[in-house]
Amino acid sequence: MPPTDLTSPADPMPEGAAGDAVDDVPEGATAKSAAKAAAAQAPTRVPCGIKFEKVVKRFGDNVVLDHLDFTVGAGDRVTLIGPSGSGKTTILRLLMTLERPDGGVIRVGDDPLWHMERGGKLVKAGERHLHEMRKRIGMVFQQFNLFPNMNVLRNLTEGPVHVLGLGKDEAVERARGLLDMVGLADKENAHPTQLSGGQQQRVAIARALAMEPTVLLLDEVTSALDPELVVGVQDLLRDIARSTDVTMLCVTHEMGFARDISDRVLMFDQGRIVEEGSPEAIFEEPREERTREFLRAVLAS
Amino acid sequence: MSDVLDSYPLLLRGAWTTVQITLYGAAFALVLALLFGLAGASRSAALRAVNRIYVEFFRGVAALVLMYWFFYALPLLGLRFTPIAAAVLAIGLNYGAYGAEVVRGSIKAVPRAQWEAACALNFTAGQRMRRVLLPQATALMLPPFGNLLIELMKATAGVSLVSIADLTFRAKQIQASTGQTAATFAVILVIYFVIAQALQVLVRLAERRTERMLGRRPQARPIPIAATTGEVMAP
Repeated sequence: MPPTDLTSPADPMPEGAAGDAVDDVPEGATAKSAAKAAAAQAPTRVPCGIKFEKVVKRFGDNVVLDHLDFTVGAGDRVTLIGPSGSGKTTILRLLMTLERPDGGVIRVGDDPLWHMERGGKLVKAGERHLHEMRKRIGMVFQQFNLFPNMNVLRNLTEGPVHVLGLGKDEAVERARGLLDMVGLADKENAHPTQLSGGQQQRVAIARALAMEPTVLLLDEVTSALDPELVVGVQDLLRDIARSTDVTMLCVTHEMGFARDISDRVLMFDQGRIVEEGSPEAIFEEPREERTREFLRAVLAS
Repeated sequence: MSDVLDSYPLLLRGAWTTVQITLYGAAFALVLALLFGLAGASRSAALRAVNRIYVEFFRGVAALVLMYWFFYALPLLGLRFTPIAAAVLAIGLNYGAYGAEVVRGSIKAVPRAQWEAACALNFTAGQRMRRVLLPQATALMLPPFGNLLIELMKATAGVSLVSIADLTFRAKQIQASTGQTAATFAVILVIYFVIAQALQVLVRLAERRTERMLGRRPQARPIPIAATTGEVMAP
């Protein structure tokens, strides 16, 4: 499987963490000195959980997330379902730092994502802190969002080389391994526009994995694909879920996929969790009327 | 007509001056356009204000008046420029302001999803701009830049008024000495047109290059050549 070895156990580097008070966390994954060391040595990957504490997000007068609390354990596979506008995608975008929360605290691992601890208090984080935190998180988008000004290989090596500080050869090797895993080893010199939607999405998944995130966010990754291409992408994600310890947070309208990929399903409506449970519980014996109504509507379409 | 054509060395020298001022002015304008365009696309309100002040001021003043300032007014205050430098400064500052708006608009026009993808890969703000947004914005900048380049070249005709011996200046000399008004101005009309076409060809080449980079045009493929015979094989 992936040469990036997503399954490798965490390699804590406590001496690296001591240098920086702001990011002084036991994992040592965030300290800048550790980050430099990590680039040189084996990457430090500590599986990260996610915790939302009373998170509020508004767009104008529209309250998308209303004091939302939920926790995802390290290495969990969690699927968010619910009608559109229920705030599922917003959750992923807050985690990827594409949107700023209006209230509450989001934690990834043990560290607040949007805040820094200063003298026991949480203060708004600067770009530097966000940069450290983003190292833990990767995202795959509905519309793939590959960079059209680069070929496939460079889409995969650009981040590892310029952000993680990998050597060019190492980055290329990693990229080739991932392209092999997603079944596109022969497309490394192709241009994104020459690929089908399914192929582009597989490249996008490989690009996210090349950064070795501990949390992978999947935002309706098959919604923009032709029906016959959906299966390939879903199979790939299933393989990744099976073979790695990455924490996965997945927004999808494909209930079958939600069912086989996740350990837990959260049903959202109007910015709140209506119901949560194992996929079997949610899909076979939903307790809430709102969940039943939603599942009926989805299955009917 | 033949009198006019006989003075072709003068015309050529004038045309060369015109081309030189065009190229220096365009290079200076491009630098200003990129600097102030990036400032205008910045998240910092202060930088955006710098962009607005520059753009509104230099877009609002006539290039010719600016040239008179550099040539006649500023020397009175002790700032002296060579005539060519005065012309290049005036034209560059003026067209740089238009160019800055092109750069700012093009950066803004790159889909936000590209910014998001770059952010998800943890690129820093500078890397997002240099590696993702600016290369894609370049494709959008080139057609309006082509327009501006030709506009700029034509605006250089104004330098004849501060007695720089450009194409228009030489034409007036020839017209005065030969008296052939129609023929003289017909000839320089054609020369200006030819220079404009040459510039347009350069911009088109640059456009093709960026389109190929963005995959909007088939990649240039080497024609397969038979190894032994060196013959070009049918595809």
